[in-house]
Amino acid sequence: MTALAAMAQPLAGYNFGYLDEATKRMIRRALLKAVCIPGHQVPFGAREMPLPYGWGTGGIQVTSAVLGPADVLKVIDQGADDTTNAVSIRRFFSRVAGVATTESTAEASIIQTRHRIPETPLREGQILVYQVPMPEPLFKLEPRVAESTKLHALADYGLMQVKLYEDIARQGEVGTSYNHPVMVNHRYLMSPSPIPAFDNPKMHMNAGLQLFGAGREKRIYAVPPYTDVRSLDFEDHPFKPVRAPHACAICGSEESYLDEVITDDAGGRMHVCSDTDYCASRPPLEDVV
Amino acid sequence: MYVSVKGGETAIGHAHAWLAEARRGDTALPELSTAQIEQQLSLAVDRVMAEGACADRGLAALALKQARGDSTEAAFLLRAYRTTLPRFGYALPVDTGAMAIHRRISSTYKDLPGGQVLGPTFDYTHRLLDFALEAEGLPPPPPAAEAGEAAGRMPQVTAILAQEGLMAPDLASNAEPPDITREPLAFPADRALRLQAMARGDEGFLLSLGYSTQRGYGNAHPFVGEIRMGEVRLEIEPPELGFAIDIGDIMVTECQMVNQFAGTAEAPPQFTRGYGLVVGQNERKAMAMALVDRALRAPELGEAATAPAQSPEFVLYHCDNVESTGFVEHLKLPHYVDFQSELEKIRAVRARWFAERAP
Repeated sequence: MTALAAMAQPLAGYNFGYLDEATKRMIRRALLKAVCIPGHQVPFGAREMPLPYGWGTGGIQVTSAVLGPADVLKVIDQGADDTTNAVSIRRFFSRVAGVATTESTAEASIIQTRHRIPETPLREGQILVYQVPMPEPLFKLEPRVAESTKLHALADYGLMQVKLYEDIARQGEVGTSYNHPVMVNHRYLMSPSPIPAFDNPKMHMNAGLQLFGAGREKRIYAVPPYTDVRSLDFEDHPFKPVRAPHACAICGSEESYLDEVITDDAGGRMHVCSDTDYCASRPPLEDVV
Repeated sequence: MYVSVKGGETAIGHAHAWLAEARRGDTALPELSTAQIEQQLSLAVDRVMAEGACADRGLAALALKQARGDSTEAAFLLRAYRTTLPRFGYALPVDTGAMAIHRRISSTYKDLPGGQVLGPTFDYTHRLLDFALEAEGLPPPPPAAEAGEAAGRMPQVTAILAQEGLMAPDLASNAEPPDITREPLAFPADRALRLQAMARGDEGFLLSLGYSTQRGYGNAHPFVGEIRMGEVRLEIEPPELGFAIDIGDIMVTECQMVNQFAGTAEAPPQFTRGYGLVVGQNERKAMAMALVDRALRAPELGEAATAPAQSPEFVLYHCDNVESTGFVEHLKLPHYVDFQSELEKIRAVRARWFAERAP
């Protein structure tokens, strides 16, 4: 059997969704707690997965715990369904769970994502599972977990406010262009995962359930539907989502987040939608074949 | 004109086929059997077994073969397998005093009950490449002289010191041991948890940290009280039986370091212990672990904790090579969405920088 064919074979000898039921129950308990305390990081007994830490093991465990046989799964990385790691994770779940997969945001009941929120708004009942590398929003300012845990307990986020202030004082604007910290439900400072700041506003009052899994750091957190999510900013320096000031070269969108693609070694470049499903669902520009 | 930068299923399939071919190497040469790996690369197997946290030499040899000899990748394969296995419980404390000794040395006493047993060690070999090993079909080496078959218990050096009250006792505990494979690390981490994490931690990381304590980053004054390596009996006590049953023997390496301790108002001056225990034969790691264990005890002994090796969060969060390699290597995954936002950010900041300096 070729390696390619082997990847398509259902995996015998494993439970539905790879994890055993006791592990799924442990993860669901952590998820329930996370939903009850929006933005709060809940430690959980993350397992070693057959994919490396840092490649989405937290998201995979969360997806495995909420996945049912009737679900339709979409997996994106960098907004696209056809990036290598998205392909690999989608394959994993079609092998170990046999669930239907889709590239359509609207058709999916569960969407696992790395680094993007789809352009198409979520509707009620949909679940967005984020892969999270570093769940602690304060880790660059306070690497000691015992200390940052105290800061969360005291809702003491002065460190982050000072950091943003210093950015503005030095360079005229905040220095974070992705993974910009958010306040959830007016209480917890939360890492939105490394999504571009452009996507942050989509988290606010989102109709879908947003779940976050960090496997290596063994933390789960959540934003329930219709929760207040505010990007950290100042009254005189309001938060600004940024996108490249261009239109998509394929569909012409002036609203979507764009990837910059280098086309030659003479400075040639073009901009295309990062969300491949969104781009493909729009009529193409006439001059693009 | 859109140049696809996105990989696909076909590319992944081809990469895996190429990997399989590269793993096999020149097909004119006979294929390595896992039994050969297990027997003839036994220290590599032991390392994978320890870091993979799964005491199964056959599986460790298979993992090494599949990983093309990459010990970290092999440890990862073994971990991903072991995590799918049911967990029945935990063994009774292992009695290393009753070990079937293959090696036992002390650097604090010239001679002691049970004697010094060098065992199969690289120590005192001259590190000259032995070109005779290049030739295949050498006759098997003659059997080593019997080490006098150390009979019965071989007392531990630290126990000898403890009889005189010179060694601070490490009190036995009947508390249920923590399990880092089921519960996330939490701090403060007790000593059992720290030792558990280090026992499957990366040998290289612990080696460097242990070394750093010797060079002044942690103020160590260690002596090797004892290193011993051999088979110990594993016993479990199933609740439905109510008595212990022997489930087999495993090879372990144990190191007990003897360290100075100045004493406090409450505790008299005495020696304190740094402890290392590793599955399989791995003296380098057991020694390094014992150094770091002692360094991590600084707060409980009232010593200043300023060095990396004395910080439990620093040591325990970073000693796991399966976690470390995953996060370091994930940087090769696509990051173009984040990088795009960084591009827009730096262009805006540069535009402001130049505008402010325009004449």
